[in-house]
Amino acid sequence: MKLLRMINFSLRDAFKSVFRNFSLSLASITCITITLVIVAVSLILSANVENFSKKIREDVTMVVYVNNGATTEQVETIRQQIASLDNIATLDFKSKDMVKQEMQSSDEFLNSIMSEWSAEENPLKDTFLVTVKDIEKIKTTVTSIRSLENVNLVDYGEEMIDKLITVFKVIEKVSIGAVIALVAVTIFLIINTIKLTIYSRKREISIMRLVGASNFTIKNPFVFEGIILGLLGSILPVLAIIFGYNSVYTHFDGKAISPLITLIKPTPFVYYLSAIIVLMGIVVGMIGSYRAVKRYLKV
Amino acid sequence: MYMEFICINDVTKQYKNGVTAIYDLNLKIKKGDFAFIIGGSGSGKSTLIKMLYREEKPTRGEIVVGGLNVAKLRNSKVYKIRRKLGIVFQDYRLLPKSNVYENVAFALEVIGAKKTEIRTKTLKALELVGLKGKVRDYPDQLSGGEQQRVAIARAIVNSPKLLLCDEPTGNLDPEMSMEIMRVLENINKTLGTTIIMATHDKEIVNKMKKRVIVLKEGRLINDYEKGKYDDEAIKND
Repeated sequence: MKLLRMINFSLRDAFKSVFRNFSLSLASITCITITLVIVAVSLILSANVENFSKKIREDVTMVVYVNNGATTEQVETIRQQIASLDNIATLDFKSKDMVKQEMQSSDEFLNSIMSEWSAEENPLKDTFLVTVKDIEKIKTTVTSIRSLENVNLVDYGEEMIDKLITVFKVIEKVSIGAVIALVAVTIFLIINTIKLTIYSRKREISIMRLVGASNFTIKNPFVFEGIILGLLGSILPVLAIIFGYNSVYTHFDGKAISPLITLIKPTPFVYYLSAIIVLMGIVVGMIGSYRAVKRYLKV
Repeated sequence: MYMEFICINDVTKQYKNGVTAIYDLNLKIKKGDFAFIIGGSGSGKSTLIKMLYREEKPTRGEIVVGGLNVAKLRNSKVYKIRRKLGIVFQDYRLLPKSNVYENVAFALEVIGAKKTEIRTKTLKALELVGLKGKVRDYPDQLSGGEQQRVAIARAIVNSPKLLLCDEPTGNLDPEMSMEIMRVLENINKTLGTTIIMATHDKEIVNKMKKRVIVLKEGRLINDYEKGKYDDEAIKND
């Protein structure tokens, strides 16, 4: 009961302080808002990049060419051997006749040449189309497949994939770095705001100490105040996320830059993101105020 | 364990800057006493009061207030002694944005008292200092004497056994000072609260005829039972 009363007292005190020092509170709420908006934007960007890169990775297909002289049994052996590897997601067989037909239907000129080939004369190769689960391990998979008997060539657009992987890794690192930096800045701002509230309430704190308030009672309102600032600061970012992302999504019809790049669907994405932002506001507010209290409130 | 309410044994206080404010002080104060501490500036009156409510720690010696060894109290436990006593200062130290009622109730709120208890005790304390009609006023609407009475109400609202006053009449004219003294005497008599008051108001000390403890340059030089202001001791400062 007493604890509840004290928490009630701290909460009331914290709210009072937020509104009494409104200009000061407003300044820090604005800072938190701006930071959280930037954090939200970078989270949206990195989530979409992540989503997009995942799709591209899933789409990467390697083509395995089988030696021309291979028998049907040997081709079947190759199929089984590839299928038994760890990293294989899908495996499709395309015979040289199918390849021939595909090429013929795609181009008139090719058609005129290829139509003269008999089945025995067809110089094209039987192929397997393979997709992998983890693109970062694609090189190992390629090496294993290359070493199989009767496999002539494995092609997966090596350079392009390597470049993409590097780019995605950089984007991921940069956005994580940006988010961490912004969180640090926000915490720093909150420490300063609470420091200023502590200074503006020095008299009150000294009186609290005189009349026998415990350290817990003295510290609590400031921690709550940090939480309230964090909460208030996260209102606008949450609204911006929900309405902003929805309208961006509708405006671009779910695609960005090229039809290849699809955006994440707004629901439930925006709600998860909002929850993260609110939580971040609270946690950051709490950490900031706790540090300020510890540093500037010598009790 | 201790017969006396306050026992000060061999206390020396040396500040960090090297100044020694109190030398080997021994003092006993009984429960329900009303004692003046007088002395010129630099005599150590304020230091003594500060050590009693553990704002300062003695360098040597022990100070026992109501069975609690104040000198040994850690910073995080200071609230334990503060809840046993009330303190009144020259500059009132009220919350300017809170009204009279809130200022007094504040002392109970921060120690987690029940709402009904806060209400009864606050109104009782305000009645005792004669401010029941001004509960909704803010400090800047009150005279100096009234503000000091609010501060006294806040100091006694938790029914402490000891009331410490550091120059409570220092900012007040003689008439208002006497009004404050009547309030303090009333508290001392009706509640049995021990009162220790540091002052250099000669008129008050002479009129009240209470115990007078005279400090000079950090040493206890006189202790009169029903004393008056010791001009000789102060003059040589």
